[in-house]
Amino acid sequence: MSPASVLEKMTMMEGSKAFADAVKVCRPHVISAYPITPQTHIVEELSKIVANGELDTEYVRVESEHSAASVCLGASATGVRTFTATTSQGLLLMIEVLYNIAGMRLPIVLMCANRSVSAPLNIWNDHQDSISVRDAGWIQLYAEDIQEGIDMIPQAYLIAEHPEVRLPVMIGVDGFILTHTSEPVELLDQAMTDKFLPPYKPEIYLDVKKPMTLGAFADPDSYMEIRYSLHKAVEDSKKVIKEVAREFGKTFGRFGGDLIETYNIEGAETVVVAMGSIVSTLKELSDEMKSQGRKMGVVKVRCHRPFPDQEIYDALKDAQNVIVLEKAVSLGQGGILGTEIRSLFMEMEDPPRFSNFIIGLGGRDVPMNFLEMLVLEAEESPVPFKFVGLKEELLGGEK
Amino acid sequence: MTDNILASGHTACAGCGEALGMKLLTNVLGPNTIIANATGCSEIFTTLWPRTAWRVPWIHSLFENAPAVASGIEAALKAQGREKGIQIVAMGGDGAMADIGFGALSGMLERGHNILSICLDNEGYMNTGIQRSGLTPLYASTTTCPSGKDSKGNDTPKKDLPAIVAAHGTKYVATTTVAYPRDIEKKIKKAMEINGPKYIHILVPCPLGWGFDVSETIMLSRLAVQTGLFPIYEMENGKITSVMKIGKKVPVEEYLKLQKRFKHLFHGDCQCQLAAIQETADANIARFGLMAEAKKEPVPAV
Amino acid sequence: MSFAYGTVAEPATSLGNKTGTWRTFKPVWKHEKCTGCGFCNIYCPDGCVTGEGKGTSSTRTADYDYCKGCGVCAHECPVKDIDMILEVK
Repeated sequence: MSPASVLEKMTMMEGSKAFADAVKVCRPHVISAYPITPQTHIVEELSKIVANGELDTEYVRVESEHSAASVCLGASATGVRTFTATTSQGLLLMIEVLYNIAGMRLPIVLMCANRSVSAPLNIWNDHQDSISVRDAGWIQLYAEDIQEGIDMIPQAYLIAEHPEVRLPVMIGVDGFILTHTSEPVELLDQAMTDKFLPPYKPEIYLDVKKPMTLGAFADPDSYMEIRYSLHKAVEDSKKVIKEVAREFGKTFGRFGGDLIETYNIEGAETVVVAMGSIVSTLKELSDEMKSQGRKMGVVKVRCHRPFPDQEIYDALKDAQNVIVLEKAVSLGQGGILGTEIRSLFMEMEDPPRFSNFIIGLGGRDVPMNFLEMLVLEAEESPVPFKFVGLKEELLGGEK
Repeated sequence: MTDNILASGHTACAGCGEALGMKLLTNVLGPNTIIANATGCSEIFTTLWPRTAWRVPWIHSLFENAPAVASGIEAALKAQGREKGIQIVAMGGDGAMADIGFGALSGMLERGHNILSICLDNEGYMNTGIQRSGLTPLYASTTTCPSGKDSKGNDTPKKDLPAIVAAHGTKYVATTTVAYPRDIEKKIKKAMEINGPKYIHILVPCPLGWGFDVSETIMLSRLAVQTGLFPIYEMENGKITSVMKIGKKVPVEEYLKLQKRFKHLFHGDCQCQLAAIQETADANIARFGLMAEAKKEPVPAV
Repeated sequence: MSFAYGTVAEPATSLGNKTGTWRTFKPVWKHEKCTGCGFCNIYCPDGCVTGEGKGTSSTRTADYDYCKGCGVCAHECPVKDIDMILEVK
């Protein structure tokens, strides 16, 4: 594909608008969402699309996020493709519905415009919202840029609806950073998407011709087996996630992503691991350091659940320094991604020197030179766990 | 004899008013029904995996979202163009519909879905062990508002859920109870003919929670109506269009004394409390024109 | 066993649960004064009263596999044609 022909297909678009367009071409039959900053542009754009007759769908304007997820649950159980989007407090409000959806094995796709959590209230980006439901049984993907967010949507449906998977998929896109900025993107062609993503046809759904009971309760005699099978389904979905990414690449002619992505890790002494849009900045830093003759690699965790333990281990095992950056924290314990990754090296005889930094909470900006400073700090002496860039004057001497 | 939509073998208590209520109304609804059921007795005693008593498509999700789940079912059927001839039901107890799920109920009603909501009112959170709900009547003793040295039981009146539902502009709002199966049949059939939100509030006595002999369920249901404490009526487009008249009014004591949850009112000095309960009954009788001889103009519902 | 659709149950599988074992008292239809009103059938919370007809040719009875012995049928029979008998097993 020539650069000219690629450019021809591209358009400058705000992330939210591009994501709404991607949802449109996936043809969900039911959309239900409750507005919350910074997800609002996505659902407003979808409303406009529906109002202009560009998408034949039932759009249910609910009174809360708990109901938005529940409407999708009911619709999905009736055998149709559904979509919802939320963030932060909205995601937290619908938590029990999210666990319910996964347990009922409904292939709902949810876009989370990653935002911090209250208290205190803060509308800016971090990963605390979606990472707090990592145990719910959802497949969780994190997009690095708008194009990746677009491309994840049809992949999410294909993964979710795959008969060997049948799990809901959450796509994290950094709030404001990816929802309210514009990038040159290639929108998904309707015909190509129809070829890639066939209509949803489940075997069991609410139907008066075949009156099944869904969501029966389970007592101690069977609950463990049912939970185990959910755990196994999430784990086994790794295979399908990779397959679908390959299929996407074949159909759309561009890389569809994988469980993780590695950048400049060959021979890198230091490898930095992160999720979401910060990876773009890290890649630029890596290139800049490369031009200075320094070897710093990047590992993007694109899929956080199921956790790609083998892939991450293989990418990091030869590094001397591993730095995990994360926009979330397990209060009172430490870094979430950091703890997960550090534990991979428990049995290794000579593991990499390990650092874990909490960055960018509540939308705190993380510029490239700041990241460079962290790399140098960690290379000099590993930092097991630290909130970085704190303003001493706000902490009155505590730290 | 056609099979009951609610099959035998369910694990409701012997004499359960709720089981009877569901049997009666689902038999009228028939097989072209999809039920979204809230957590509670109705769900627990009908579906312990791998068994279910239901012969219609049925889904249970959570305690407070049956109306939202039902909304999603309707949206899906509409999107597929196959909603004709199917009655979607959002069903739950007083806990699910009046309290924890009230927001979802309100949203569903306001959006105008073609869904029948049913509140199985046994006046408490029975499945979790007889705790107070917003529909627990005045001075009833429950485990979270027990009578005691400093307490006469529940000190708040029963929330008027049918009126709140009607205030949403709900086309058809009706109350009924298990003692009157023909009334149930008439009202369900009427509801099924309406395209839009409709609501049926059914009083279902709970032998365990209310404290009466399991054989007396129908008797208690009848007495609740004959005292005036549970008025039976229909409200259409905001106006009362029918009431079930009381032939001979029964003093509230005749009803209360049969139930352990009111037995504290018959010890010591509870004249005030009994009078207050009688006042509630009398107010209903006046408001709805329940006495057979009363000639009353239909009153606005709210 | 696949849980690919969660906890799904086939219709009316509750029939495999014979709640008749719960009983202490058992309803017995005498078929003497039966008026054929059908209240016993209508008011049974477990839907396990069967039969039809009235008077001495009434065939009304309970499916004792499921009857819990609540006694609602006996209580509501307008002519007291049903007795609740202590069941000795």
